Amino acid sequence: MNLHEYQAKQLFADYNLPVSKGIAVDSPVAAAAATSEIGGDKWVVKVQVHAGGRGKAGGVKLVDSAAAAEEFASQWLGKKLVTYQTDAGGQPVHKILVEACTDIAQELYLGAVVDRASRRVVFMASVEGGVEIEKVAQETPEKILKTTIDPLTGAQAYQGRELAFRLGLSGVQVKQFTQLFLGLARLFHDLDLALLEINPLVITDTGDLHCLDGKINIDGNAMYRQPGLQEMHDPSQEDEREARAAKWDLNYVALDGNIGCMVNGAGLAMGTMDIVQLFGGSPANFLDVGGGATKERVSEAFKIILSDENVSAVLVNIFGGIVRCDLIAEGVVGAVQEIGVAVPVIVRLEGNNAELGREVLQKSGVNIIAASSLADAAEKVVSAAGGAQ
Amino acid sequence: MSILVDKNTRVICQGFTGAQGTFHSEQAIAYGTQMVGGVTPGKGGQVHLDLPVFNTVTEAFAETAADASVIYVPAPYCKDSILEAVDAGIKLIVCITEGIPTLDMLVAKEKCDQAGVRLIGPNCPGVITPGECKIGIMPGHIHLPGKVGIISRSGTLTYEAVKQTTDGGFGQSSCVGIGGDPIPGSNFIDILGLFEEDGQTEAIVMIGEIGGTAEEEAAAFIKANVSKPVVAYIAGVTAPAGKRMGHAGAIISGGKGTAEEKFSALQDAGVKTVRSLADIGSGLSEITGW
Repeated sequence: MNLHEYQAKQLFADYNLPVSKGIAVDSPVAAAAATSEIGGDKWVVKVQVHAGGRGKAGGVKLVDSAAAAEEFASQWLGKKLVTYQTDAGGQPVHKILVEACTDIAQELYLGAVVDRASRRVVFMASVEGGVEIEKVAQETPEKILKTTIDPLTGAQAYQGRELAFRLGLSGVQVKQFTQLFLGLARLFHDLDLALLEINPLVITDTGDLHCLDGKINIDGNAMYRQPGLQEMHDPSQEDEREARAAKWDLNYVALDGNIGCMVNGAGLAMGTMDIVQLFGGSPANFLDVGGGATKERVSEAFKIILSDENVSAVLVNIFGGIVRCDLIAEGVVGAVQEIGVAVPVIVRLEGNNAELGREVLQKSGVNIIAASSLADAAEKVVSAAGGAQ
Repeated sequence: MSILVDKNTRVICQGFTGAQGTFHSEQAIAYGTQMVGGVTPGKGGQVHLDLPVFNTVTEAFAETAADASVIYVPAPYCKDSILEAVDAGIKLIVCITEGIPTLDMLVAKEKCDQAGVRLIGPNCPGVITPGECKIGIMPGHIHLPGKVGIISRSGTLTYEAVKQTTDGGFGQSSCVGIGGDPIPGSNFIDILGLFEEDGQTEAIVMIGEIGGTAEEEAAAFIKANVSKPVVAYIAGVTAPAGKRMGHAGAIISGGKGTAEEKFSALQDAGVKTVRSLADIGSGLSEITGW
């Protein structure tokens, strides 16, 4: 799960990390009021969406009056911001962060991630802050400094000092950096983060370290033990169908093709998308109904697939390990009868109770095309959807 | 021969009396697995499925001399269960449960490594040596004792590969689901090494998916250490970047972990790669002459 910048900064503040005074608002009037509450004569106003590249897209602005802050808010609230990280439709803007302006002497980068290869949380720091860190990593990997955290002992102060000295910091900055490092490591651990980024981490004109941006991604598997973070969830930033599927414990990812896919198992769901493409088709979605599929969930999954108006044929591919094929078949038949399906449905059933499942489909009288194998299913669905592209 | 488990492997189950533990232990017993007991705290002394129930893994290990433990407890308690099994002295742990927090796994994996314990999973179908021992949730009847070793990050894709090797009459020596999580207990290279040394295994099927670099590491390992023919399939060519495709580990992040990178690393290592999931069996025939 992703957080907004203003939420990440709230968490930073909870851990006594240096952030600007800021207020997240949801109306133009509140934006104007925030400037006087924060004080000063310059403010930064930033749209809050789950995507990077906001600055280049016009979603961040320096303003010097309450009226300008109000104007920025009325320009963006209720609109969508399109950046290089969003799709063509963009992400809806429901909140604006108004912040005190910080005078910057230097921009650094500080981030942490669970590194799969070393099986450790790895902190990364660089003097190349404020730019796309992926580019730095690719073009000048030597400019990214790393330290790994032992999962049994946690982060140690010396690791922070070492990074600070290697970044060229000195004096009080070394102490500030070490505290920042230890605070972030604690936050990462306490809140089950998957990724944490401060880009840029700035040195102000008075020589102090300051978190100017904040990006946080939380491990979805750990949400059950993070009630405070559950409240920060913003479903408006997610695809509507994906949010609806999540409520039913279905793994659904929207794609832009025209062949709907309903599969059990994440790997097989990906493999099914791939084979559809291999036969010249284009998948409309990834959907894993999971091992504990019930008739109701299958029926709901079917409805979600069909709510995508691009879908012109549906492929149901089930390899029953634990899940019973006859149950899946009942769900499919139920959904088709309930909502009426105008597009062709191709079904391949294999494994547990596959024969029984095929019988259910046949007896139902519903117009379903049975496939004898995976390749046969892919070929049939592509042809039913209008042929190879 | 086979790898990891055979007809002599003595297995206990953690989460024995729960719905999952009960159902899959029944299936394992019916398959012929030597289940020797189970653990459910507070139910020690009871008998379940005609087997003794213990309060702790230490007790169960002392009484049954188990070689392996299979874990079906819910995700929030899995770290505790894995660490308990490690401390008790179990040397092979198979964790089926999906949804364990990643930071829990960092600790569990580190402790397993330090104690020299082999952990398979989590978020996996388990391990099977056909006709001898089934530890996990895979449907036993699709397997056939034989000569192909199968390693996979995905449960249902393992079943596809099993079906194709059974239909072709090749059969399987052992099948290992290493699981779809970002921090698996065992990786491809751990299992590839075992199959290379196993006398019964004549060829290897490896099924990977997007996310991480485990397949690239496997490619380097195969090039240097594996003499047996290997067929590989990678799922997720059509997966968009930045989206988690069901499995917690199946995500392309920062442009890394794409299927194309993995296919090309494996091809460079001399592995026969197949682009269609339906071609695993025919790919095997092609490189082995079977």
